[in-house]
This record gives sequence, structure tokens and C-alpha cells, in this order.
Amino acid sequence: KYLSTFIKTLYSTSMIFYSCVLYIICEVPLNETLAHLKTESETLKSKLEEERAKLHDVELHQVAEKVEGLGQFVMKTRRTLKGHGNKVLCMDWCKDKRRIVSSSQDGKVIVWDAFTTNKEHAVTMPCTWVMACAYAPSGCAVACGGLDNKCSVYPLSLDKNENLAAKKKSVAMHTNYLSACSFTNSDMQILTSSGDGTCALWDVESGQLLQSFHGHAADVLCLDLAPSETGNTFVSGGCDKKANVWDMRSGQCIQSFETHESDINSVRYYPSGDAFASGSDDATCRLYDLRADREVAIYSKDSIIFGVSSVDFSLSGRLLFGGYNDYTINVWDVLKGTRVSILFGHENRVSTLRVSPDGTAFCTGSWDHTLRIWA
Amino acid sequence: MDKSFRLFKLLNSVFCLILQIEDIITRIQDETDGVPIRTVKSFMTKIPSVVTGADIVQWLMKNLSIEDPAEAMHIGSLIAAQGYFFPISDHVLTLKDDGTFYRFQAPYFWPSNCWEPENTDYAIYLCKRTMQNKTRLELADYEAENLARLQRAFARKWEFIYMQAEAQVKIDRKKDKIERKILDSQERAFWDVHRPVPGCVNTTEMDIRKCRRMKNPHRVKKSVYGVIEEGTQSQSPIHTPLHHCRKGTKEDVEKEIVFLNTQLDRHCMKMSKVAESLIAYTEQYLEYDPFVTSPEPSNPWTSDDPTFWDLEASKEPSQQRVKKWGFSLEDALKDPAGQELFLKFLESEFSSENLRFWLAVQELKRIPQHEVAQRAQDIWAEFLAEGAPSSINLDSHSYERTSQNLKDPGRYSYEDAQDHIYKLMKSDSYSRFLRSNLYQDLLMARKKPETEQGRRTSLEKFTRSVVSTWNCDQTMHFSADTL
Repeated sequence: KYLSTFIKTLYSTSMIFYSCVLYIICEVPLNETLAHLKTESETLKSKLEEERAKLHDVELHQVAEKVEGLGQFVMKTRRTLKGHGNKVLCMDWCKDKRRIVSSSQDGKVIVWDAFTTNKEHAVTMPCTWVMACAYAPSGCAVACGGLDNKCSVYPLSLDKNENLAAKKKSVAMHTNYLSACSFTNSDMQILTSSGDGTCALWDVESGQLLQSFHGHAADVLCLDLAPSETGNTFVSGGCDKKANVWDMRSGQCIQSFETHESDINSVRYYPSGDAFASGSDDATCRLYDLRADREVAIYSKDSIIFGVSSVDFSLSGRLLFGGYNDYTINVWDVLKGTRVSILFGHENRVSTLRVSPDGTAFCTGSWDHTLRIWA
Repeated sequence: MDKSFRLFKLLNSVFCLILQIEDIITRIQDETDGVPIRTVKSFMTKIPSVVTGADIVQWLMKNLSIEDPAEAMHIGSLIAAQGYFFPISDHVLTLKDDGTFYRFQAPYFWPSNCWEPENTDYAIYLCKRTMQNKTRLELADYEAENLARLQRAFARKWEFIYMQAEAQVKIDRKKDKIERKILDSQERAFWDVHRPVPGCVNTTEMDIRKCRRMKNPHRVKKSVYGVIEEGTQSQSPIHTPLHHCRKGTKEDVEKEIVFLNTQLDRHCMKMSKVAESLIAYTEQYLEYDPFVTSPEPSNPWTSDDPTFWDLEASKEPSQQRVKKWGFSLEDALKDPAGQELFLKFLESEFSSENLRFWLAVQELKRIPQHEVAQRAQDIWAEFLAEGAPSSINLDSHSYERTSQNLKDPGRYSYEDAQDHIYKLMKSDSYSRFLRSNLYQDLLMARKKPETEQGRRTSLEKFTRSVVSTWNCDQTMHFSADTL
């Protein structure tokens, strides 16, 4: 009896011994290599941070002290667009500076003449939560998508009676929700970002995938195309707290910024294309300069604790408008870093904000089912 | 240690707002630095553990550096709406800057506990309320309606719900009177958050994109009243948010190292220079920013008069617009009228093929995919082939690269060439364009007196017509003022 117990103990001990040996031989080297690589990566990151810090000889707001202060602003709601039956999630301006397209949680996509507040077209998507919509540069089509994981293009007919849904064209296909979409310089290409962690460039006519962009470690929530006529880049922001700048030609990530403490909900280029702003759930907006390869300003206040859903610049880049989850819009002096104005009006989260193409107004969409034009 | 730090950062990123609010709520209840929470004597009763709205507003203004009381009321109302404090005599969760009494919510009921209370719990609660014999605990109209609806929905298990409600009443009776007052109000405030008054914002609504990480990944339903329902387990919810990031594989880290090395080689600009550049750009465009400089004659949105847009769309560009073309080549090309004028100027210099090439390549990037290959060939034939009708001058390196690219023509085949030509136009033709009479006249148009302008214009017209008859001879570069 004792003998069998002894043999069993010996057996189990030797099994443990052998599995340890096997582990040491196989697993540890693999882990060691990975650990070794991670250490190398961390070392490089510190070195990079050190190098960049050397060039950080002054703060933007310090240099901007010499700039004349802006006067008092009187910004009010000039139009209220009612018609959505649920949360407004996204909107975009037409190049004609007065029309807009908006999408909501109930699947409705509406095209408005914001100046007259008339609804011009309406489409019901087959899915709820239409989180992305965009106006084509020609003004003849709109793109939208959301929980259907697709981006579809609807040509806008002059005939109001025509059923838009009939001419719908499915362009993009992702494996998770569509978070943002934007036409590039023509009606023929669309750039999309998705909860599947990727961005993609598509040919509208054929639905062909032209380029995909991998690098985010979590959902990509937003994107913006560089304003340059000559450039081929765009920036994206995600739940991995990173903002990445991409080369559309190669699909490569050319620059990356990670200073936010939470999801980046919105990214927008500064009008010159040399910098971009971001808005995050960490309640801050930040300015990143591409030439310095660094964050150059933070826009925050103790009293602002709710996340930023959407940001955009005024035409000169002097003002940064932020739509927040606390139902307000905060207007920031980009150079001096101070808040210029706080705007109340919406009765629920501001989910989307865009400045009009000629900078005469900006539009906000909210979970309170309305859109407002401010000027 | 590294693991707990990472977990902290993760929690911080997912629960940013909640952590911020809870920090404020903790500080505001602090014995020394917080608001005065007291028991107030009223008629024959005591109101335990309350603070006035005015005190809260004042504390917020002081501790969150808020200058405007309206702002403090707004943020306070939002924190109340999230469920962290409440008015003791109202279902609507807003903060008023007066003597209204507020009470703080028990941590048990805080949103950070990932509450998703079921309708059975709500039914038990409403049922319990009807059993209590106090007029002040009477159901509000909307609550009575909700109760009626729930009775219909849960018709078959109403007996069970009733029994649970009775059990709760029994438990409550055992508690101390003052403690009960406080707990009752806190319980009511909890339901005001999860079943808000009709018309009020439901702050428990979530952004669907963030849902996956916020919610309880194993969908363990916690009951407010410890009710065990079939198909659910009654245990405390698992706090760990689903770590949504992809795990870093060896490949990912290797890629990262390559990326980091590239970044280290990048030549970056000093902050002082960057700041000067951003300031300069903004200053230059400030007069064009409608939010800073009122557009002429008025901003259509504020005046309801679209004249400003009509003027912008007209064939006659304003002086201000023409001035902008002088800021950069990009600005000139962005404006169709500017592009047209620049093309006209280049035609007069017999170098319009550069701009036409640039425009053709821009167009190449805009057409549908299936047209790209053919168009790329067309561009080669028109601008780069031997004996091309609009031959452009490329350096041999770019030429070689481009002809290589054309073996497999794509929308980016001409990037190098386009870049080279753009730089050429920018450094050479563009500066002459700005000095040209063609541009200067348009820029100064309004300043010149009527007669002189009239004479000048007709001379211009004459010289241009002479020049255009000589355009077949490429070696002759005449401009209006040399004649």
C-alpha cells in the first residue's frame, strides 16, 4: 500500500519535473524573445521621447502671448432642425455651404437645406445606429453606414418622389460597425473607419478595396483627410488612445501620437494641414503638430469632466469648437489655450460638430434629436 | 506591479467620467473641505443629512474654478442626473442655486456598480411603495402608470413580486426611523436615474460603440433586492471591463520597432518655430474667418440674407479673394477663378503644360478605378512621351521612375513627377504670376481711377491679342509690358 502511494508520488513528481523542463525549453525562450523585443521597443520609445523633448524649447501659449486677444463672441443658435425621431449621431456639410446630411439612431438619414430648414430628402437605412454619414463633393450623393458594418452610397435625385433606397450602392464592407466615412476629393472614392480596428479606401463604382490601413489596436472611431491639394494623407483616432497619420498610397502609418488617457472620438486637421486636433473621453482636446511630431497644446478645464465627442476648427484655425457629452459646446482659443466661450442649448449630448465649408457657421447634432446651426 | 498599473490605466480609460465624478463627490462630502451636511429641524420632524443647493453651487464654483454660477448649476445637474446626489422632494434631478435640500447617494447605488436593474426589481419597488401607509410616499402619476403597465406585463408572476415586496417592507420596518428616511430617499433617487420621469434625459443610455467595454461582459444580472430569477445568477457583477485591445504579438512588436526607428530618423522642427508658423498662418487668414471678421455685406446665417454667397459665386472675385491667391500656390489653385487666371498667365508664358499636367494627375486620382490604367497612358502620351504635344520638363531621375511606374499603371504612378512639377511652378512661374499685370490689375482693380483703367485695359487687350497670334513660336516669351 505504501509502495503504491510512493510510486504515485514519484510518478507525479517526475511529471511535474518533465513539464517544467519542457516549459523551460520551449515556452521560456519564446517568452524571452517577446519580452526582449518589448524591452527594445520600450527603450526606443523612451529614446524617442527624449529626442522630441529636446526640441520642446517653449510652449505654444507662451509664444502666443504677443498675439492680440480675441474680443467677446456672440454665438447663438440661428437655426434648429427638427425631424429626427431619435439621437442624431452624425452630420456633414455639402460644398454649397448650406445643405447638410444627418443620420440618427433610428436609421433615418435626412438631407436638409439648413438655411431654410426644409428637408429635401430622407432615407431609412435597414439598420439602426447610423453612426457615419458624408456628403459627396459634387453634392449629388450621400454616403452612410453604421451597425450594418457597411458604407452605402445614395445618389440624390432631383425628383423628390423618387425612392432613393432603390438606387443604393453598397461600397464598403467591414467586419464591425462603421464609425466614420468621408469622400476623398471626388465622388469616386470613400475612406472608412470601423470598429474592426481598420480604415479602408474604396472605389465607389466597383466597391473594390483599394487600400486598407492596419495599426490600431482597437476600434477606430474617427478620421479626417488632410486638406492639402497635393497630399495623400489622413489621420484616424481610436479606442487605443492613438491618433495615427497614414499614407493613402502605401497603407503605412507614418506618424503616431499617444497622449490621450481615453478613447479619441474625433480628429480634425488644422486648416494648413501641419497639425490636427483631437477630442477624447478624457474630457480634453489636444493639438498635435506633424512637423514637431508632438502634442503641442491641451485644451482642458477643471470644470469640464465629460468627454468630447466632436471637434472642428474655424477657417483661420484660431478657434477650436468642441462638442461635449455634457450637452455644451466649448470654444477654445487655439493659440492661447484658453476657453473663449461656452454655449448652452442642447438638451442632451452633442454627438457631432462640423464647421461649414466657408466657415460662416457650425452645425451640431445631438442626442436630443435636433441639429442646431450656430453663428 | 506593472500589471496593476496597467489595470489602473485601463480602468481610467474606460471609466474616465465616473472616476472624475466620484472624486468630486468624495471631496464634496469631506468633513473639513466639503459642504456642510446637517440635520435640519422642520415643523415636528427632523430632516437628516442634507445640504442646500446654494452650498453645492458655491463649493463647485470654488473647487472646480468656475466663474459663472449657471455653469456650476449645469455641471451639478448633470452629476445629479448621473445619480450621485438628489433633491429630497423632487423626482427631477437638477441642481438649483437656492435653499432646496439635497442628499448624497449611497455608494451602494452608484453607477460604478454597473447597475442594469430589471423591470421585476422596479415592479417590486413600486409595489412596496403602495404598501407603505404614508401620504408623502404616494406614487407620482407616471409611477402609477408604470405600475399598471408592469402589472399587465407580469400578470402571471405578480404573486411572486407581491411576496418580494412584502418581504422588503418587513426588512425596512426593522430599520431605525432616521436611517429609513435616508435609505428610502436614496432608493427613490436610484429609480429616478434608472426609470426617469418622462421628458427627462435617461443618463443610463449608452453610446453603442462603447457598450462592449463598459458593460458586464458575462451579463451577470444583479438584483437590487437580491431576487434570484431563473436564468440569472445573483452575485456581484464582474468589474473588469473586457480588455478590447488586440494582444501584442511578436510580429506587432517587431513592426513597432521598425516604426520607432523610422521616427527616430525623422528630422523635426523646434517648438518655437512651430509656434511661429501656426501663429503666422492664423494671423494671415484671420480676416477671412467669418467668426472673427464679419463677412461683407453680412453673415447669411445671422442676417438671413444670402448676398454674401451670391457674391462669392459670381464671376467677379472680390479683391479680398484675389489677395488670398497671393498667399500660396495652393490657395491660388484651390479657388477655381484663381486657377483659371494662373492658367491664363502660364499660357501667356507658354508653360501652361505644367499646370495642365498637374491638373491631369489630380484628375487621375479622382476617377473610378477601372478608368485609371487607360488615363495614365493618355497622360504619358500627352505630356511625357517622345514628341508629346504638351511636353513637360522632368529631371531624368523622375522620368525614369515614372516610366517604370507606367509598366503597372496606377493612380499614384505620377506622384514623383507631379511633385517635381508643382515645386517648379511654385518656385518659378508662381512668383512671376504674382508680379504680372494680369494678377496685379485684378488685385488693384478697385483702386485705379476709371479713365486710366479704361485706357490700360484696352492696351492690355491689344497686346494680349498680339501675343496670342505668336503662341506657336515657343521661344518667344513676351509679356504685356515689354511691348
